[in-house]
Amino acid sequence: MHVTTAKTAFRIGLIDALPFILVVVPFALLFGVLAADAQLSLAQTFGFSFTVFAGASQFAAVQLITDAAPLGIVVATALAVNLRNAMYSAALTPWLGDGTRLQRACIAYVLVDQNYALAVQRFERDPDWSPPVRRAYYFGTIALIYPLWLIATMAGAVVGTTIPAWLALDFALPICFLALIGPMLRSPAHLAAAATSIALALALSGLPYGTGLLLAAAAAMAVGARVELWQDRRVRAAA
Amino acid sequence: MTDTQIWIAIAAIGAGTFLLRFSFLGLIGDREMPPSVLRHLRYAAVAVLPGLVAPLVLWPQATGGAPDAARLLAAAATLAIGWWRGSFLWGMAGGAVTLYAVLALETLL
Repeated sequence: MHVTTAKTAFRIGLIDALPFILVVVPFALLFGVLAADAQLSLAQTFGFSFTVFAGASQFAAVQLITDAAPLGIVVATALAVNLRNAMYSAALTPWLGDGTRLQRACIAYVLVDQNYALAVQRFERDPDWSPPVRRAYYFGTIALIYPLWLIATMAGAVVGTTIPAWLALDFALPICFLALIGPMLRSPAHLAAAATSIALALALSGLPYGTGLLLAAAAAMAVGARVELWQDRRVRAAA
Repeated sequence: MTDTQIWIAIAAIGAGTFLLRFSFLGLIGDREMPPSVLRHLRYAAVAVLPGLVAPLVLWPQATGGAPDAARLLAAAATLAIGWWRGSFLWGMAGGAVTLYAVLALETLL
């Protein structure tokens, strides 16, 4: 039987994650640019990418800081964007849940959309991997992404303010978010949640400081969950 | 926001995000969660991001809030291409090309 060593697994992880560099580097560059635009210092921009390490929530926070939203709303919205990480954490626990507390803390610290997706696919394909081999693979998937995320953020922050207006960089953030949303719309439940989110966010945009967005997000999550239940019932009734 | 407030925001978002990521791996473990909690979490991203982006598309800051053909078309192209190809990169590229093409046309006309 072929046995995969931890070292090999780390390398496989590294290679599996290579295509994501194409996504992560431009995304991080753009974050740096927008953070500079929002008058964040270099240290603050670095602090964001270093401690938060979650692109969409960083963009959301910087957008709200630009809009002069109060602190509590900035934090609440960014965390709402990151709620899905709790779901990833749940999905990875059967595979990566049995290390030391420090190992699990490190796994959690670098958990993002990309390595979650890679790891779950790989572990389901190779279920006989031992826990240390699985951990090695997981850390392999993030070993390049995380440093590149930091470097590209800083590069973006340094060139940020020198970018000319005709580049219409104001619209880079909406395009970035829409490009994230498009591939997520894979089921009627996801579509219903997205439609609810848009309709309510627009209808409630008069409410102060982004509270409308939080209400819209809560309602949209409930709608998504509800539609999923209906669908499950219909599938089961048909079977 | 003041400098201090921005630092507090960074620390709070960083700590909160870590706790979300650590939740099951470190704290809850393999214990069963009510399925309805996981069902709601599945729609978290798609519940927040569209609502965040919708006003930015309809009322862009660059035009002082007036709807703008180039930005509306670019948004539609990004969403459609991202959905069709199932790819973030394709969506980004399609949106950027559309935005610059329409902006260039507007300057020429």
